Amino acid sequence: MLTGLNINRSRGTATARQDEGRLVRRERRAAYLFLSPWILGLVCFVLGPVAVSVVLSLSNYSIVFPSRWVGLENYRTMIHDQIFWQSLTVTLTYVLYSIPLYLVVGLGLSLLLNMKRRGVNIFRTVIFLPYVISGVAVAILWSSLLNPQFGGVNWVLRHAGVSNPPLWLGSPTWAMPSVVLIGLWSVGGGAIIYLAGLQNIPAQLYEAAAVDGAGAWQRFRYVTFPMLTPTLLFVLLTSLVSAFQVFDIVYLLSHAQGAASTALNFYLLNMWTQGFGNGRLGYASALAWVLVLISGLVIIAVFRAGSRFVYYEHEGT
Amino acid sequence: MKTIPRAPEAPPLVTVPAAAPRALIRRVTAVAREIGWYLAMLTVCGFILLPVGWMLTAALKPDLAPIYTITPQWFPTHFWHWDNFYRAVVDPLFPFLRYTINTLFVVFANILGILISCSLVAYPFARMRFRGREPLFYVLIITMLVPWQALVVPQFFFFYHLGWYGTYLPLIIPSFGGNAFFIFLIRQYMRSIPKELDEAARVDGLSYFQIYWRILLPLCVPVLTVCAVFTFIWNWNNLLGPLLYLSNNSQFTIAIGLANMFQNTANAKINLLMAANLLSMIPPAIVFLVIQKRLIGGIATLGLKG
Repeated sequence: MLTGLNINRSRGTATARQDEGRLVRRERRAAYLFLSPWILGLVCFVLGPVAVSVVLSLSNYSIVFPSRWVGLENYRTMIHDQIFWQSLTVTLTYVLYSIPLYLVVGLGLSLLLNMKRRGVNIFRTVIFLPYVISGVAVAILWSSLLNPQFGGVNWVLRHAGVSNPPLWLGSPTWAMPSVVLIGLWSVGGGAIIYLAGLQNIPAQLYEAAAVDGAGAWQRFRYVTFPMLTPTLLFVLLTSLVSAFQVFDIVYLLSHAQGAASTALNFYLLNMWTQGFGNGRLGYASALAWVLVLISGLVIIAVFRAGSRFVYYEHEGT
Repeated sequence: MKTIPRAPEAPPLVTVPAAAPRALIRRVTAVAREIGWYLAMLTVCGFILLPVGWMLTAALKPDLAPIYTITPQWFPTHFWHWDNFYRAVVDPLFPFLRYTINTLFVVFANILGILISCSLVAYPFARMRFRGREPLFYVLIITMLVPWQALVVPQFFFFYHLGWYGTYLPLIIPSFGGNAFFIFLIRQYMRSIPKELDEAARVDGLSYFQIYWRILLPLCVPVLTVCAVFTFIWNWNNLLGPLLYLSNNSQFTIAIGLANMFQNTANAKINLLMAANLLSMIPPAIVFLVIQKRLIGGIATLGLKG
């Protein structure tokens, strides 16, 4: 390093500069060579498809028939499409129900799991385990558990004295709560991230709070919670993203026997049916963009509101 | 219960022994809190494990049994048809042995693709100086935010016109183009390796590729393991990809095989469905249990910094 600099400054000869230029160029060439798989993948699997998707959404493309440019017609069709509005409502309802519930439960679980007690590691393992199990397996498990006649859940309810337990997935009213309940089973995934956040809070803060005579609630309110707000915001944003993208579980559940399929017609399921069931790939692309737009707006709004909140809490403490 | 009436009774009498009941109260509340904690944990774990236990008892029942027992047996089951697991695997309609081989093929091809591409790409981002590094890195971060629903139709369009529909290629080739999360994760890890190591190697005349291959890659084994395990779990569980691109029953993966079995099985064979479902959960669960600590660290970093 030093010698290189000296040469450059004291002599500044043409050869030295040329040498360095050659080195820089060689490093750049090597770097781009290393990057080439990613750049190729980016163009083929991300940037290209995004561009194609915009074009498709303005056409009536289907695999079978020759396609034609239709301008904004797909978007106009959507406004009058009952199923579109209905599926949008289903997804938004799910977002509204599930997000606050999972956020609170996940946080509560992580607080419990952050305690140093005997056996905590076993409990942690059990609680995190559903996170690695597939949506397909979870859907199959729960659809049999929630079977109105033979399922385990209603068996428990009947024994607890509920004479007329709900039909769960078969009932238009209970189908959505069922999906929310099923999601609750694998809520441990969020708890992992909270737990990491909790363990990053410096112990001195709690010691200082204890010196000031803070009780358990006050320690949570004035130390844990403010310090955890960045994690909370992060989990909020990622769970928003995944709540808009629910697919696997409802794909299975809504096709099950006797399921209230209208109540389970999530946005992406409708997009799937339109595109790959009815072959309207152009319309499906337009649906995709509308969801990207809606979820993007919601996420940006939450992010802006949330980051102000995070910042404020940090300043306050 | 007993301690609460004592509390007001002690202080007015004498001041000095008041400490004793207060210590007692503190002790009792500590014990109560501990019991409460264990109760809460056991409830949560029951909520998670009981459904799995129920699935196991359902899997062990003979054909037709679950429908005709109006009060379903829970844990103390008196059916032990372990052969259901064998029957589920060799079911002629849903050849799960075939599905497992297919799934393992897709999973390991993806792991190979991810490990090669992501470590190659992470290296210049972590170590080299070149024009365009910052903007390209921003592009990398932004691609993490592109939602899959915007890509699914055009990717299908693309692969369909390439003639890849009905093959494993659409499920495998993209992994060789890297994954933004993993590139980011490996890059962070590489930056924590002392830079003197590769500077010394350069003085010794090693090429960039040799530095990557002989020095950085062996040191990156922990983070590469995390990437491999995530790739394993995600691909093992992936439903949408196989659903889109595979058309033939003999090609199907476990996820899509289970989904088809679920949708086409009469209730009579629910025991086999449950057995197959239970078996499908085992590999990701084992992988998770084996490297749990590291994986949780990985989830946390992916989570916090992603």
